[in-house]
Parts: sequence; structure tokens; C-alpha cells
Amino acid sequence: MTSSVIVARVKQRQIAQLVSSGKRLDGRGLTDYREVQLEVGPIEHAEGSSRVRLGKTEVMVGIKIEVGEPFPDVPNEGVLTVNAELVPLASPTFEPGPPDENSIELARIVDRGIRESKAIALEKLCIEPGKKVFIIFVDVYVLNHDGNLIDASAIASLAALLNTKMFNYEVKEGEVKIKPGYTPLPIRNYPIAITFAKINDKLIADPWLEEEQVMDARLTITFERDGKICAVQKGGYGYFTRQQILEAAKIAREKAEELRKLVVKD
Amino acid sequence: MLQKMPKKLIDENGIRVDGRRLDELRPVKIEVGVLENADGSAYIEQGKGKILAAVYGPKEVHPKHLALPDRALLRCRYHMAPFSVEQRKSPAPSRREMELSKVVREALEPSIFVEYYPRTSIDLFIEVLQADGGTRCAGIIVASLALADAGIPMRDLVTACAAGKVEGRLVLDLTDIEDKGGEADVPLALLPNLNAVTLLQMDGMLTIDEFEHVVNLAFDGCKRLYQLQKEALKAKYVVAKEVVEE
Repeated sequence: MTSSVIVARVKQRQIAQLVSSGKRLDGRGLTDYREVQLEVGPIEHAEGSSRVRLGKTEVMVGIKIEVGEPFPDVPNEGVLTVNAELVPLASPTFEPGPPDENSIELARIVDRGIRESKAIALEKLCIEPGKKVFIIFVDVYVLNHDGNLIDASAIASLAALLNTKMFNYEVKEGEVKIKPGYTPLPIRNYPIAITFAKINDKLIADPWLEEEQVMDARLTITFERDGKICAVQKGGYGYFTRQQILEAAKIAREKAEELRKLVVKD
Repeated sequence: MLQKMPKKLIDENGIRVDGRRLDELRPVKIEVGVLENADGSAYIEQGKGKILAAVYGPKEVHPKHLALPDRALLRCRYHMAPFSVEQRKSPAPSRREMELSKVVREALEPSIFVEYYPRTSIDLFIEVLQADGGTRCAGIIVASLALADAGIPMRDLVTACAAGKVEGRLVLDLTDIEDKGGEADVPLALLPNLNAVTLLQMDGMLTIDEFEHVVNLAFDGCKRLYQLQKEALKAKYVVAKEVVEE
């Protein structure tokens, strides 16, 4: 990776050795998550927003809704667009400029979880089939990078979508006119991403930045509300064995249940 | 050239649109050493898919500041030709191609002894000439062969195959329409001799049990493709040997 934070060799060894004996430098167990703090609706100008802190990692998500054209192959459905910005103020390794492969990958993993779990009822966002639909922009804004941006971004995106209010509208002479009042965005599923790092052949959940520098590889598994897997992504230069993948899936399912309770309040 | 989505992708006898059984691979033709200029190259036809890969390197890194002091820099570009799909694709790299370039690179790097070539770059180009589902997997297969053809020391060949779920059935090696009309797609890359999974992605929806079955199915597919890869690699050198002996 071109943009990596340098961790001293001594510390790298220490992290790896601790993991071998089932411990972590910040005192967590191997599959423990950092504390999640969630704030919803901090941005008044956005139709929906959230700010998530996962340990020291901090991510803000804003949802904007516009009227636009549907994709030709699904003329009756609204459009979901996820974009991620690794904002330069979040880390000395983030640089201004067009999105690099890391931010594209981040956005596409978050997108896959929302899309494949059919979290947004896109068919309800059609105004005029083939011509006008609502476009939901999910903009992930990383404010502080301390590892595991994927899970933090996925949680923040879900929280922001649940917080999103759509303006009421009517169609007059082909024009969309805004009416007073709001309705919530139709959300019917709650995807939660769980990421593992592999260090010294052991799986650890929710790696923080320095663990990410030491890890061989990364595996993200996204679960939807009924405990089905809706997205998977392996990253990093190492590998996983079949056994490790299946083990990760089982742990992730439980973790996803726990985290979902923090985000989705009945 | 528009493909129509058939009413059923799998018939009552468990036969798929292209006549395959659920766990059958598409017909595959692989050729190694197909490009003159490249240090290594390979070509695959997998069903309707046609994919070409070339390797240049190890060579001097440009721009120089990207050089790594302890290993070779592996760069990878996965790219689709504008005419490779039904609707012309803009030749500019899309977000999908950027992501695939990254995951394909990460799938191949564990197989290469990059530490043998510090301060150099190994540049890998994958061109999808015609796409029909599973192009990242086919791209990995030819890219790995091109690396071997370039004489770059490797731990193992990397092989790759997708499996997924279509109309409630778990199937191997999905075509484009099966991917679009199906419920899930799981591409997987494997270093067979090390039991090392170096690429794993999924979209769609699967229970944990289904996911386990699909991963096993992809493993089986990978092992069969691995044999074909090895044969293709040997075939080039058998021909070379005959030429020398004449």
C-alpha cells in the first residue's frame, strides 16, 4: 500500500506476539469490538445524517436526495449511489484528489451491503417510470482514521438511512413540486458489516490502525437482518484458509446481531 | 446483440441455459505465450468469455519514487474493451475496474516471490475482450500464467472460479445472465497447494450453510481449472522442446 502509516518493527512484533497468545495491545479480546458511539442527524441540510465513532475512528455520513433518471434496465426503481471520501484531515496518509482505489473499494463494499440486502425499497422511489426517480446519494466522509473504516462506514450509512426524511411531493405537468412535510425513507433491511484481520494465523475482529499495518489480510462479511450473508470482501496481500473463512462467518453473524441492536431501535 | 433473459435459467432436469449441469464448468481453452512484446502472456476462452493478459517486468519503476526498497512493486490493471459488453463501455477505467484491479492484484501478490526483485516493478495487464461472467476469475487464471510465462518465481499458480445461487440451486461457474438473474455470486481465487484463498467476494444473499456449500463448490472448480492451467503451461514448452530438437 502506498499510503500506510509506519509502525515501528518492535511494536509490530509486539502486536503479533500478543495476538498469538490471545491478547491485544489495547486490552481487547480477539473478537471484541471497540465501543461504538452513534449520533444521528447532526447535519440539518442533509436529508439524513449520522456520525459514528468506533474507538478513535470517526465517520460521518450524509444522505442527499435528488430527482434524476433511472437506469434503463430498471426503469421503475430509484437509484442508490454510494461514495466515500478519505478526507485529508482524517490521516497524514490521505491525500486530496480524485478517489483512489482504497476509497472506491470502501464505497463499493458499503454499497454492496445496502444493495444486496435490498435495504432501501427502491421500487417505492419511482416518480415516473423510465423518466424520473429519486436518487439517493450516500456520502461517506471519513473524519479520523484509526482502522476498520469499512465497519464504521457501514454502520454510519445504515444509521443515516434510518434517519433520512424524504420531502413530500406532487407531480404537476411533469414537474416535481415539493409539498410541506416529510416521510421517512422506506428501509426494510439492516445490513451490518463485520471485518476481521488475520495476524499470525489468528482472526481478530475490528482491527485498529496499527493492527491493520501488521495484518496479513482482511475479510469483511456483511449480514442482513435474518442472519443471511449479503456481501463478502477479502482484502490485503495475505490469504485465508477455507476453515478460517467459515469460522469468521460464524463469529461475524453473532457480532452483527449485537451491533444491529445499537443502530436499529424498534 | 442483445441477450434476452430466459424465463427459466435451470430446467426441471437441473440443466442450465447453456446445457451444463449445476456443477459443470464452461468449456475452457487456454494458451500461454501469445504476445510477442510481453515478457509473459496468456489467453483464455471460457464459454463466450475471451481474456488476454500480459506481464512486463521485473523492470525499472516509473515514476521512481514508487519503488519499494525490499520488494518488487506489483501493479495490475484490469480493463474491459469498449466492445466487450452489449452496451459500449467507456474505455476510461470505471469504479468497478478500479476495485477489480485492486482485488486481482491482492489475489496474485501472495503467489509471487516479490522479495527477490527489490526496487523493480512487475506490471500486469488484463484485457477483457469479450465478457460473459466470471471475468475477474478468468483474468486471474491468465494473469498467473502470464507471470509464470515471464519466468517470475512463484509459490504456486493462482487459480480462480466463481460459484453461486441461481433459482434456488447452488451452481458452479456462472455466466453473465446467471449472475444477473441469480441470487448470489461468489468469486474465489486459490493457491491450491497452499490451501490459500487470496480472493473472496460475494454479492447476493446466502445463508451460512449455503455459503459454505458455495465455497466448497468453488474449491472444486478451482482444482479442475488448475489442471487445465498446468497443461496449458506445459504445452508451450513441449512445443518449444520439439522446435529445439528439430
